[in-house]
Amino acid sequence: MLDSNVHAQLAAILPPAALLVAPEQTRPYECDGLTLFRALPAAVVLPETEAQVVAILKACHAARIPVVARGAGTGLSGGALPDPAGIVLSLAKFKRIVSIDALARTAVVQPGVRNLAISEAAAAYGLYYAPDPSSQIACTIGGNVAENAGGVHCLKYGLTVHNLRRVRGVLITGEIVEFGGDALDNAGYDLLALMTGSEGLLAVMTEITVKLTPKPQLAQVVLAAFDDVEKAGAAVAAIIGAGIIPAGLEMMDQPATRAVEQFVHADYPLDAAAVLLVESDGTPEEVGAEIEEIRRLLTEAGATGLRVSKDEAQRLLLWSGRKAAFPAVGRISPDYYCMDGTIPRKALPRVLRAIAQWSREFELRCANVFHAGDGNLHPLILFDANKPGESEKTVAFGDRILELCIEVGGTVTGEHGVGVEKLNSMCVQFAPEELARFHGIKEAFDAYRLLNPGKAVPTLHRCAEMGRMRVHHGALPHPDLPRF
Amino acid sequence: MIDPVLEALQEQIRVAAQARLPLRIRGGGTKDFYGGALQGEVIDTRAYAGIIDYEPTELVITARAGTSLAAVERAMQARGQMLAFEPPRFAEGGTLGGAVASGLAGPRRAYAGAVRDLILGVRLLDGTGEDLNFGGKVMKNVAGFDVSRLMAGALGTLGIITEVSLKCLPLPKLETTVAFDCSADQAIRMANEWGGQPLPISATCFYVGRLLVRVSGARPAVAAALSKMGGEVVVDAEAFWSGVRDHRHAFFAPALAGDATLWRLSVKPTAAYSDLGGDQLIEWGGGLRWLIAGERSDPGKLRAWAAAQGGHATLFRARSKGAEVFHSLDANLLEIHRKLKAVFDPNAVFNRGRLLPEF
Repeated sequence: MLDSNVHAQLAAILPPAALLVAPEQTRPYECDGLTLFRALPAAVVLPETEAQVVAILKACHAARIPVVARGAGTGLSGGALPDPAGIVLSLAKFKRIVSIDALARTAVVQPGVRNLAISEAAAAYGLYYAPDPSSQIACTIGGNVAENAGGVHCLKYGLTVHNLRRVRGVLITGEIVEFGGDALDNAGYDLLALMTGSEGLLAVMTEITVKLTPKPQLAQVVLAAFDDVEKAGAAVAAIIGAGIIPAGLEMMDQPATRAVEQFVHADYPLDAAAVLLVESDGTPEEVGAEIEEIRRLLTEAGATGLRVSKDEAQRLLLWSGRKAAFPAVGRISPDYYCMDGTIPRKALPRVLRAIAQWSREFELRCANVFHAGDGNLHPLILFDANKPGESEKTVAFGDRILELCIEVGGTVTGEHGVGVEKLNSMCVQFAPEELARFHGIKEAFDAYRLLNPGKAVPTLHRCAEMGRMRVHHGALPHPDLPRF
Repeated sequence: MIDPVLEALQEQIRVAAQARLPLRIRGGGTKDFYGGALQGEVIDTRAYAGIIDYEPTELVITARAGTSLAAVERAMQARGQMLAFEPPRFAEGGTLGGAVASGLAGPRRAYAGAVRDLILGVRLLDGTGEDLNFGGKVMKNVAGFDVSRLMAGALGTLGIITEVSLKCLPLPKLETTVAFDCSADQAIRMANEWGGQPLPISATCFYVGRLLVRVSGARPAVAAALSKMGGEVVVDAEAFWSGVRDHRHAFFAPALAGDATLWRLSVKPTAAYSDLGGDQLIEWGGGLRWLIAGERSDPGKLRAWAAAQGGHATLFRARSKGAEVFHSLDANLLEIHRKLKAVFDPNAVFNRGRLLPEF
């Protein structure tokens, strides 16, 4: 229930259609792309001006009411899960492309603009917005900034953080802030970098300046089949070791290949233990030479089959399988759970062997898609939420995978964010002192912890209760302090 | 077990923190001139040196911050890779930690990214002496706030970087530089028009009526770009670009000799050329304007111009320390800076006054 005083204030700020309180209206906001976690917010607000955002945040700040900002709700870690005592602030109405400066290769956009819409608008100038998360048709740029979203081309073109110039936002106190600018750097700390991937904990974005990239003249993709995952991993190392940074470098294991083949019919080799997709882009001369070298390296690495796209239609068909991996897996299983660890690539065989072993132990199927160039592994655990105990088993399986990612020198999340999903794993990846600094950063922006509370950084109390507090140099910090 | 060298650094920090005395973090001291006046006892990072892990096929290098930049660059070059942000080497002996903490980058920055774009993880000692790790050794990592990138350009005010992991990029197979005679405005226009086309440009520099453009990549790509752009091929271009990168180019000489003040104006790359009262050298496709201040160059006006162009102005090399170095921050940003400083260095031990007069 929303405090009646706050309700009155919000009603004064917003038109009636932009303030939702009835459960049948707020239900669509109860979860994001991670449906394992659901909660109804006290209210949903849909402002359309920055002044409204300022007024909403001031009202919530004064009443100490939590605020969860939300874009398209495509996130996969529960980052937009509502707080039952708070409001959801949807940025769906901030969907204007404010301006495109073709000469400077930048676009000023509102946070609710879809990722792909930016590229579509920039296409007239021969430009595009490079980061391309698989959900780019639906996901918004505000969500991309909040999660530091990646995509299949980020090895060469970077993550969201590499493709931003400026973020304008509102602090929970209602103060307006601008991080970055039109120049390539700024005075003081790099708060633009800090804001990127901050999962809605620091400020609510109202405007973003993104960098645009010239569209390559040509792109070609090579599909290579391997009878052994280790050989495929070695092939990736050989390509990078030869000084090539492919535009895309993706791997799928056999269960993933079979699932997508049934879905897209791209004629993927079903008998292969692993399939690699290697893309080259640039001028025709550049691509021709690079594809030749990639073919040679793949052959030397023991590829059992090679196919090079002959035209754009073939290239898109070969990619369609990889891009549709999640829905394809969704078709062969009632539910699936997508993990997002990153590992040093050399650890891939070990991690895949462990996953196969646990898959047998837990009696849960698992398909693996892998951004091989940058080590980001997405095991998709197949399960049926209607079978008693299977959700719990799935989460336990997932936690094991993430702990192994940490053990081999990687991280629990490469691009999907911590949200609520990976809070426990954060207790393993970070020492209490490090988590305490994260809480300090949060409070530097939001003293009462009202913006997206309970996300991204676990409380030390939670880690202690789990019995998973990572003890640092043999002692807990400030042992006298209560664990919040 | 913690390394004894780190332990000694921790001890020095704890003693200073208890007495609330300032410490001045120093590696090779090649950037002592940069930032506000130096304060406090030196805490020397050079004893904690050495490359910890270098995996060329993973595109990652991890080294201790006291490692000399030259040693890091040599190791990478031997494996056909580079630090793509081209950290400036103002003198011999600069360290990797200094290159990261200063956040400075060379001619390739506009095309390959800055330090903050290539940093993957840091280990640091904060102002209480705590040994902390953020980020990691992998290319993609969104676990926790991005403290690693925050360290780039923080000038040590949030902690002593002790180890750093960086993304490595392959050395270009071929680099060619071409020159064009033109005005400053034409140079800015050309650089930005080419920047909007799929051309493998890796640096631009305009100085006294001449624009130099470096093109890097595979042989066919470079050849195709050159035939499209035209221009006159420059011989010995490598020396030219390292001169710009390391400030050994003749343009910088009066400032190095202490006869003039050098300003760094970071602005929107397409900003029209403005006569700022002195000699200019323009890099980064127009995004970086170096100025040897003349009599008409008024600091207030320089800052106002840079701000109006969406950027900021830095008094990069002054004849004497004392004047305000960096662009001032608005009240909201300053407040965030103060609070972040308090999180990592509550006693304001590190590099007092180096980044901001407020701490």
